[in-house]
Amino acid sequence: MRMPVLRAASFERNSMAFTNEQLERYSRHIILKEIGPKGQKKLMKAKVLIIGAGGLGAPAALYLAAAGVGTIGIADADSVDLSNLQRQVIHSTADIGRPKVESARDSMLAINPEITVHTYHEYITSENISAIIRDYDFILDGTDNFPAKFLINDACVLEEKPFSHAGIIRFEGQLMTYVPGEGPCYRCVFKEPPPKDAVPTCREAGVVGAVAGVIGCLQAMEAVKYITGAGDLLTGRLLTYNALRSQFRTVPLPRDSHCAVCSYERTIHVPFDYELPTCDLK
Amino acid sequence: MAEFRITDTVDITDVVCPVTFVKAKVALEELEEGEILSIHMNDGEPVQNVPRSIKEEGHRVLKLIHNDDGTYDLIVQKTEA
Repeated sequence: MRMPVLRAASFERNSMAFTNEQLERYSRHIILKEIGPKGQKKLMKAKVLIIGAGGLGAPAALYLAAAGVGTIGIADADSVDLSNLQRQVIHSTADIGRPKVESARDSMLAINPEITVHTYHEYITSENISAIIRDYDFILDGTDNFPAKFLINDACVLEEKPFSHAGIIRFEGQLMTYVPGEGPCYRCVFKEPPPKDAVPTCREAGVVGAVAGVIGCLQAMEAVKYITGAGDLLTGRLLTYNALRSQFRTVPLPRDSHCAVCSYERTIHVPFDYELPTCDLK
Repeated sequence: MAEFRITDTVDITDVVCPVTFVKAKVALEELEEGEILSIHMNDGEPVQNVPRSIKEEGHRVLKLIHNDDGTYDLIVQKTEA
């Protein structure tokens, strides 16, 4: 009979992977069967880019930072405005006038000093988007205008990057997830941006802050699921939320075999910019 | 303890609930199916909760040894769910 051998070195391997502080910080994740130690390690190694530090990006950034996503990029050209604070919960009154990316970075690091935050204090355009998204595993679209949404879609499809699309207005929100090789892209569903002035922006139409919170959190959840492999993503499905009716719905989304960017018949080979409606220009 | 071929040990006396179970779970994760982990734990909350949580994960609890100093060693065989 073999005597027990204490292989301390083997456990040192574990303790090097997770400090006791990390085990405590992430204990509620590690306990979950669907995430566990492996899933938490994946989160800690993951790189997520959030485009837009506004109503959607704010809650998503906070939850992804708290979840321990190792590298978070945040892109936004704007500065914090008093009118943002009704929903953009990552910024505070004291941040008014500061670049949103700096305010967002400070809030994320205050929650979780272990993570790395990269800031992009610039507009995302066809010129810079491919180089920026290339370094990330998952992209989160938290923008508030159609030209940006189509640009992010096209660039992610062309660079083969998964991303979460979302939009909010008034009491409603929607989101879907694109994964390369699976399911439709945003352009399969919405071929072109709507004509100028056909759809109001949330600046003109208004939006309830908590709706941004709900949808932004769902985007963070999609990122966590993509990274850890837990559950089913919103690929090939559009999730809609109607706050007034307290209703969630999922609508199946087919792929468009003639899609201008993700099909074999592709006519878009490089990202390009649509003209931004005048009201979106500050 | 000699009747078990213990692959690894983990000491969870330096942490409190729920990190006790989390630390044991991380140690089990590193083992191969069928390998055996000895978990060193304190009396009280750990010995009340950790064996149950380990069982709920689907692992096989082989023995709970009560040591002279009041601590316990829980012998667990890793079983994939």
